[in-house]
Amino acid sequence: MRHYYLEKTSMGKFIESLKEGYRVVAPIKKENQFVFAKVESAGEVELEYLPTVLPPKKYLFPQKEKLGTFDMGDTKLTDTSVEVEPMIIFAAHTCDIEGLECLDVVFNSDPADPYYKARKKSLLIIGFECMVPCDEYATCRTMDTHNPKAGYDVMITDVGSKYVLHVNSKEGKDLLEGNSALLDAGNGEAKTLLAKTREEKLKRFDNKLKPEFSRLARLFGDSYTSPVWDEVGEKCLSCGNCTAVCPTCYCLDMYDKVKLDTTGGERKRVWDSCQLEEFASVAGGENFREERSSRQRHRYYRKFDYSVKKYHKFFCTGCGRCSRTCMAGISLIETVNSLDEENENV
Amino acid sequence: MCNCDKNKVVEVDALYYPMEGTIVKVEQMTEYEKFFEIRLSDGKELGNMPGQFVQLSMFGIGEAPISVSSSPTKEDKTTFEICVRKVGTFTNALHALGVGDKIGVRGPFGRGFPVDELKGNDLLFIAGGLGIVPLRSLIRFVMDKRRDFGKVDILLGCKEPKDRLFSNEIEEWARLADTNYTCTVDKSDPEWKGNVGVITTLIPGVDIDVNRTYAVIVGPPIMYKFTIMSLMDKGLPKDRIIMLLERRMKCGLGKCGHCQINHKYVCQDGPTFRLDELTGMGEAL
Repeated sequence: MRHYYLEKTSMGKFIESLKEGYRVVAPIKKENQFVFAKVESAGEVELEYLPTVLPPKKYLFPQKEKLGTFDMGDTKLTDTSVEVEPMIIFAAHTCDIEGLECLDVVFNSDPADPYYKARKKSLLIIGFECMVPCDEYATCRTMDTHNPKAGYDVMITDVGSKYVLHVNSKEGKDLLEGNSALLDAGNGEAKTLLAKTREEKLKRFDNKLKPEFSRLARLFGDSYTSPVWDEVGEKCLSCGNCTAVCPTCYCLDMYDKVKLDTTGGERKRVWDSCQLEEFASVAGGENFREERSSRQRHRYYRKFDYSVKKYHKFFCTGCGRCSRTCMAGISLIETVNSLDEENENV
Repeated sequence: MCNCDKNKVVEVDALYYPMEGTIVKVEQMTEYEKFFEIRLSDGKELGNMPGQFVQLSMFGIGEAPISVSSSPTKEDKTTFEICVRKVGTFTNALHALGVGDKIGVRGPFGRGFPVDELKGNDLLFIAGGLGIVPLRSLIRFVMDKRRDFGKVDILLGCKEPKDRLFSNEIEEWARLADTNYTCTVDKSDPEWKGNVGVITTLIPGVDIDVNRTYAVIVGPPIMYKFTIMSLMDKGLPKDRIIMLLERRMKCGLGKCGHCQINHKYVCQDGPTFRLDELTGMGEAL
């Protein structure tokens, strides 16, 4: 696929041009944090940002979503359509793009989710490559998500003097063709520039997780009964923040929202969390993950073990959001490194 | 540049939309359990296999996963049967419904009992409490295809004699050749002449050939461990012990996460499991 150059001074113009045909959402500053939100003017877009409060999954799998409308006493759902709008997620980090790759696997597994699919179809992803690790919580180097690999239409990389745009899909090609903010780049030259940039970049990205990528699955295979889970469970407040901000958590609940006049309502689905006490309880009163330690272990295993068995993928993208948001100070790096330490001592 | 500047309204697949069902029969089984026969509209057949479940739906209240209690071998294929204990918001509302009332139905979901694998073998059915409700779908299947299966033993356990479900049916089956039925209660009443004690007390007395018997167990979580131990004491191998695990299925589509046992989703990989499939799954039992 082809490459373009973009002068740094032309970035604003480029973003404005994207807005002509799409709703562009990008990282924008909100108080002292960043969020993905609709871009009103190009100047709002923050290219150097810490991972946003919520990952861009909210655009494909909204926190709350209508499945259909009903009249009370009826058994038919009507108004079962989903409204999609042509959208560009702009300046997504490679970790968040990997998060969407994970959700793709889940929501396209049989039976495929029609709501997710409809939204994904009208979405373009323009990534913005990180040149420095964002903070002490990110583990992208170990999870191998620090470089662009797949899942994007266009990737923007700062090569120093200018940006290189890598076009990675037909949709991306169609989007950029004829854009006056861009300059055609010879493939050979752009590739050399990117390779050099990434070689330099790698020196700045360290492995904060002690076990290597290739050892992670085996480590979790050995750690199911580890006392580390009790330690994590002791700290956990069961608030569910970690799962809400996770780019690959997709658990959901369904409920009926009845109109005030009780003539009808909407059947909805809403994000749920395996960290909440009631999550795995059944009508008879049994709760299959009553202890916080077992719920935390479940969360970690859904990232490093179950997902590998079920979907052949790690579902941790190394974004660090779970640790950054945890009120109790549960750190993914600490947990995984403790498991590793304990494993080595056995 | 794309000029697709308008929002599009896309009709989506009917994954979450219930079919319409009508209640055609209601029977009070015990103080807390009611039996319902439901007919799908437009002559639709549920097409369930024994052990599968449906998501029943009442708008304004929500959905609940309910085991199907009837067998696909039943004569009228346009209806299916359930038996529900009144225990929460949904089931209380369901109990208030009567003949002619409508109800939403999604499904059937899940992997049913491995009926082909069971063929030609002796069967030991063990049901505790409400476990007889889903197990009945398999027992009826076996009774309707009686000559495909060997000897059948049915062990039933419940709290008190008045809690027994489908006992008339079971007694009828027990009159058939090569079919035995034993019931035990935790707490007897003055009229009770049967066994008293937990269900595991019945297992040593059952005469089974471990090389040609499958045990099928359905009951509350606590029952499985002890029942499995008793069966293994008799020499029954793990791949001849089958059970149906209860979890809280919300979507039935392998997405919502509620029914997950380690890396398995009960709504798709289960609810029926062979014991050897659960090796290494710490959350299963």
